[in-house]
Amino acid sequence: MLNSLSRFFMRRKNWSIPYALFLIVFVVIPLLLIVFYAFTDEEGMFTFANFRKFMMHPEAMNTFIYSIGIAIITTLVCLLLGYPAAYILSHRSLNVSKTMVVLFILPMWVNILIRTLATVALFDFLKLPLGEGALVFGMVYNFLPFMIYPIYNTLQKMDYSLVEAAQDLGANPLKVFYKVILPLSMPGIVSGIVMVFMPTVSTFAIAELLTMNNIKLFGTTVQENIYNGMWNYGAALSLIMLLLIGIMSLFTNEEDNAQNESGGVI
Amino acid sequence: MQQSSYIIEVHNVSKHFGDKTVLDNINLNVKKGEFVTILGPSGCGKTTLLRLIAGFQTTSEGEIRIAGKEITQTPPHLRPVNTVFQKYALFPHLNVYDNIAFGLKLKKVAAPVIEKKVKAALKMVGMTDYEYRDVDSLSGGQQQRVAIARAIVNEPEVLLLDEPLAALDLKMRKDMQMELKEMHQKLGITFIYVTHDQEEALTLSDTIVVMSEGKIQQIGTPMDIYNEPINSFVADFIGESNILNGIMIHDKKVSFAGHEFECVDKGFGENVEVDVVIRPEDVYIFDPSDVAQLTGVVTSCIFKGVHYEIVVQTSEGYEIMVQDYHCFEAGRNVGLLVKPFDIHVMKKERSCNTFEGKVIDDSHVEFLGCSFEAPAAAGFESGEKVVVEVDFKDIILQDNEEDGELSGDVNFILYKGDHYHLTVVSDWGVDIFVDTNDVWDNGDCVGISILPESIRLKKLQEDAE
Repeated sequence: MLNSLSRFFMRRKNWSIPYALFLIVFVVIPLLLIVFYAFTDEEGMFTFANFRKFMMHPEAMNTFIYSIGIAIITTLVCLLLGYPAAYILSHRSLNVSKTMVVLFILPMWVNILIRTLATVALFDFLKLPLGEGALVFGMVYNFLPFMIYPIYNTLQKMDYSLVEAAQDLGANPLKVFYKVILPLSMPGIVSGIVMVFMPTVSTFAIAELLTMNNIKLFGTTVQENIYNGMWNYGAALSLIMLLLIGIMSLFTNEEDNAQNESGGVI
Repeated sequence: MQQSSYIIEVHNVSKHFGDKTVLDNINLNVKKGEFVTILGPSGCGKTTLLRLIAGFQTTSEGEIRIAGKEITQTPPHLRPVNTVFQKYALFPHLNVYDNIAFGLKLKKVAAPVIEKKVKAALKMVGMTDYEYRDVDSLSGGQQQRVAIARAIVNEPEVLLLDEPLAALDLKMRKDMQMELKEMHQKLGITFIYVTHDQEEALTLSDTIVVMSEGKIQQIGTPMDIYNEPINSFVADFIGESNILNGIMIHDKKVSFAGHEFECVDKGFGENVEVDVVIRPEDVYIFDPSDVAQLTGVVTSCIFKGVHYEIVVQTSEGYEIMVQDYHCFEAGRNVGLLVKPFDIHVMKKERSCNTFEGKVIDDSHVEFLGCSFEAPAAAGFESGEKVVVEVDFKDIILQDNEEDGELSGDVNFILYKGDHYHLTVVSDWGVDIFVDTNDVWDNGDCVGISILPESIRLKKLQEDAE
């Protein structure tokens, strides 16, 4: 008895059982429930009505498109701010220490709600209006580290002799950048985009706080419907969002394989 | 303006990294079309010199000219040189063709011309039909060929090669050496080749530059370097050699290993201490007979493929290495003979350690950053600056760093037949030379102590200041 028990613990595979249980209870079953609710009506009968409602409902559709738009803008701003930051951090001649990297990453360790409430307070203090601008600012502020870190990682790992080789072959600093450094940091850029875009599509707390609930994002719509007891419609909307994220991650996986480079995700 | 026949001129170039001097007043001229090898142990500054010529680093002092033009401050992309890197440095996001075409595209060469040149370069390195291969799918040797093609396709004035074959296996390396030599003849451009492999240097070069500790030790043809090494470092680094302490009795007569020998060297003076170098293949070994200059017993005999490497302990207690086609088993009595022409005599760089010191009181003197007890200080005034001399054999090395008055690292070991001659670098970067019978390894941390009686002091020459 004891023998078979110890053999059970000896097998490394068995160690994953607690996590597998957790995964089943809190990820797999809820996902199945979402699918179940999305395709049923209040009586539990199979139906496409929830999806039809979304298609017919211009307000929901508009929110969806608007959310994606905001997410794209946020991602772009993060990329434009994050790439130079990552480049400076990784650049050997600028001689910045690991401490600087930690300072850039530090906001990631502070709770997202605290950060956002602080942003609201900041806007109040500066007497700046809350709204769309504040929303984008808040999202960029919250998600910028997720852009910087993967890019920093790929730039850091890049073989510096490639830069020297490019210089040696006659490339001026600008050409070294867009012929060698930029293409080689693509895996980091892709991971950065994914890590910023995906959470921004589904965010709702930031939108609520920074726009005084004036601007609705898709995440807010989902939350409102669930909150108001419209579980089936809410589940259908969640499923649509999951689908979007799923497609996005498929696309990036392909990208990573094509680059044949172990990507930059932390 | 003075017209120069040299393609590369390096004038009084020094390079410091912080306090460390990596290159110390280097002067080097390279003729157009030459195959020059910069040879030295790792950390001697050879790669730094190459990087200064390529422009990846800038000189601390001095100037570099390429084709008569001063380029000391020119950034790498404007220099008429191309580099083959040790780890190839091929662009992983480009295929073979685009890697090779990289430089030509930057120069805005027309596409059909690029295609012709890339094909020609690929043919040159024996990689035809590999244009559209991914560089990651190539073997090390193939990657290095692509790297060479990428450099030569730009038709540079000078091709710089930084240990290009170091990462390849032996067989591959030999093949590539031959191909590089052929390539050099076909292209007619100047090659500057950095390596730590003395055999590679001897095989490939027109001129070898031997470097050590940031200084050029000797510049010469492979034959010169091998047959007439200028000092014991070069003799030890290039090929196998027996290096012994000797005394030049007068012209053409030198004494070492307890005997007097005829030699061909002259002009050293009379009764001068010298180093004697004898290549193992120049020693004749045979059964004891009247013609033997030295007699001894074989202590080991190792088969090396073409020859046997035999170590003979002479009756005077010196170890001599001999190479011969015949096997002389360990324990056998043998006679040895060296012809006068094969005895190479070199001036000793120094016959004892000399340091700058300061007398503290009549029994203590300060040098090497420490205070030493020295009875010799009695004749000097305290505070007086003096020259301190210590014989090599009087420096005592201790296993334990704490046991010595100061500590240092063993940096260079030379076997001199019956003892080792070590260079120990003290913690303050001063070289201390030591003769010892104990076996130490390169990089050992040692404690250094000196007995009071063995410290000699001399007045500092006034004009030396």
